[in-house]
Amino acid sequence: MDGAYPQAAQALPAPTMALSRPRRRAWRGGLQGSEFTWALAFVVPYIGVFVAFVAYPVVYGLWLGHKPSLYSELYADPIYQRTVVNTLIYLGIGVNLKMFGALMMSGFFMRRSWWVKGLLLIYVLPWAVPALPTFISIHWMLNGQWGLINNVLWDLFHIDGPGWIETSRWLALGSVIASHIWKWMPFWTVILLAGRMAIPQELYDAAAVDGATGLRRFAHVTFPLVANLYLICTLLSTIFTLGDFNSVYFVSGGGPALSTHVLATLGIRDAFQISRPDLGVATVMSALPLMIPLVIILMRKLRTTEVSL
Amino acid sequence: MSAALAERRAAPRRPRYRLRRNLTEAAALAFAAVLLVWTLAPIYNMVAVALEPHGDVFSNSVFPAHPSFESFWIVLSQGYWYLQYFWHQFGNSVYIGAATTFLTLLIGSLASFSIGRMRLKNGWLVSNAALLTYVIPASFLAIPFYSIMLKYGLANNLWAVIFAEVTFATPYAIFIFQQYGVSIPIELDEAARIDGASPLQVYLRIYLPLMAPALVAVGTYALLLAWNEYLYQFMLLSSERSMTVPVALAQFMNSDESPWNYMMATAVIYAIPPVAVYYAFRRRMTAGLTMGGVKG
Repeated sequence: MDGAYPQAAQALPAPTMALSRPRRRAWRGGLQGSEFTWALAFVVPYIGVFVAFVAYPVVYGLWLGHKPSLYSELYADPIYQRTVVNTLIYLGIGVNLKMFGALMMSGFFMRRSWWVKGLLLIYVLPWAVPALPTFISIHWMLNGQWGLINNVLWDLFHIDGPGWIETSRWLALGSVIASHIWKWMPFWTVILLAGRMAIPQELYDAAAVDGATGLRRFAHVTFPLVANLYLICTLLSTIFTLGDFNSVYFVSGGGPALSTHVLATLGIRDAFQISRPDLGVATVMSALPLMIPLVIILMRKLRTTEVSL
Repeated sequence: MSAALAERRAAPRRPRYRLRRNLTEAAALAFAAVLLVWTLAPIYNMVAVALEPHGDVFSNSVFPAHPSFESFWIVLSQGYWYLQYFWHQFGNSVYIGAATTFLTLLIGSLASFSIGRMRLKNGWLVSNAALLTYVIPASFLAIPFYSIMLKYGLANNLWAVIFAEVTFATPYAIFIFQQYGVSIPIELDEAARIDGASPLQVYLRIYLPLMAPALVAVGTYALLLAWNEYLYQFMLLSSERSMTVPVALAQFMNSDESPWNYMMATAVIYAIPPVAVYYAFRRRMTAGLTMGGVKG
């Protein structure tokens, strides 16, 4: 991140530097002898982790999925085609609905009454509770015969609810997307809320003097200031959602009839249920054309702006 | 005269303004009620099913008809054949969580000290590698990771899972530590160096104590990550004695006869520790998550 500075400092003659800025010499101007050894020793554990558990698996994965025949096999598979469509719907609708909802919710939680603060504590609960127990609970809630949702529908309106995850692909996919939003919207709301809190009150006061209130205040003051954060969050959320395994696996399990898989779950299924790790890797790797541009944009944004998640 | 006119004009406006404010407040309350139902429904369902006695799951009631703590007791006393290793599995989860937290803090703080404070040459390469790892979805790396763990001879070993969690938690740790480290004046390190402290002493006596808030934030994050993760634990742990609670729970669900009361009771018990940790360290954690905010 700050690679340029130490090298530039080294290039300058050392005595002049020591004279001009004597207080800054302890670590800079190059590490000497044993200091360099220490610095290297401190960073070696992480390099070890990276090489053994990231670089090696990535290279091995690329090697597993390098055969073009795998991709033609995938392309011919109707389950895979459906999975790609599901993934795109999941990303397109799920991510945007979640992020836009989080933006709106962060506005709601800017309200200054005591009960809104209390509500926020409850609102973040889905994120604080481990994913698996709640997704299993949602799975049971959506059961057509005994689930909570259909029981409530019957008690309130005397409607026989459908089997949400057992009968139709679209109902099941919708349920999965709703579960994903339920789980992750609170997290992004907290992030965007912090972004909004950082906006100085004077800007709002100035805008109010100029007559900007309500929607216009949002459009001309709030949104321009959180737009960058919103974009970064959306990109990051897209990548995380692309890799989201738990929502689909536990809520619909890819059913009915393998119609609601996304790439992440289908890859695991190929590798572990039908014992074709190469096919599983190929399934996952087919997301790279979408993922690489996202990662490049995101890395640039994360490095150049002071936003951290 | 003008004052009287102004007063007359203002008089009817004040109640209308108050009415509008009350209406907004009422709308906000109504919205809050909907939000509350949406947020709590799955959690309510979890608790309600856990409170139903065994066999009462297949009913159409919204509220448990005969609430009892029987299922919780069965789980805690390991009184069902699926649950015979519950405490052992719970211990595995705790072990993985503790080891992940410790290693993440250790490896992450050492690396960020070397890169951010000592300014190791080309250290930015390491930061970028970490950032890249942060944006690779863990589930995409799962299949080759599994094969490699077999090669390392770590299949069905808790350490395989610990390494996996550390791999995915450390990048975030390095990221946060570097950002937080900027706020600690480098002069402190320099003063210690002049007094003859070795780099290790600077790390232990200056860097770590001053980084305490960031350490708490990242430690909480690592602990929750390890506790919440499922996929790697499912892949890498297969025997009943090495399993963690979520793996056992999911195995339950895939069996023919699913005792939903016991499952949900297990789920509730498993969910309590992270929720408690989260609420205890909430402020620190949110600060860590949103460090920097929108300065751009």
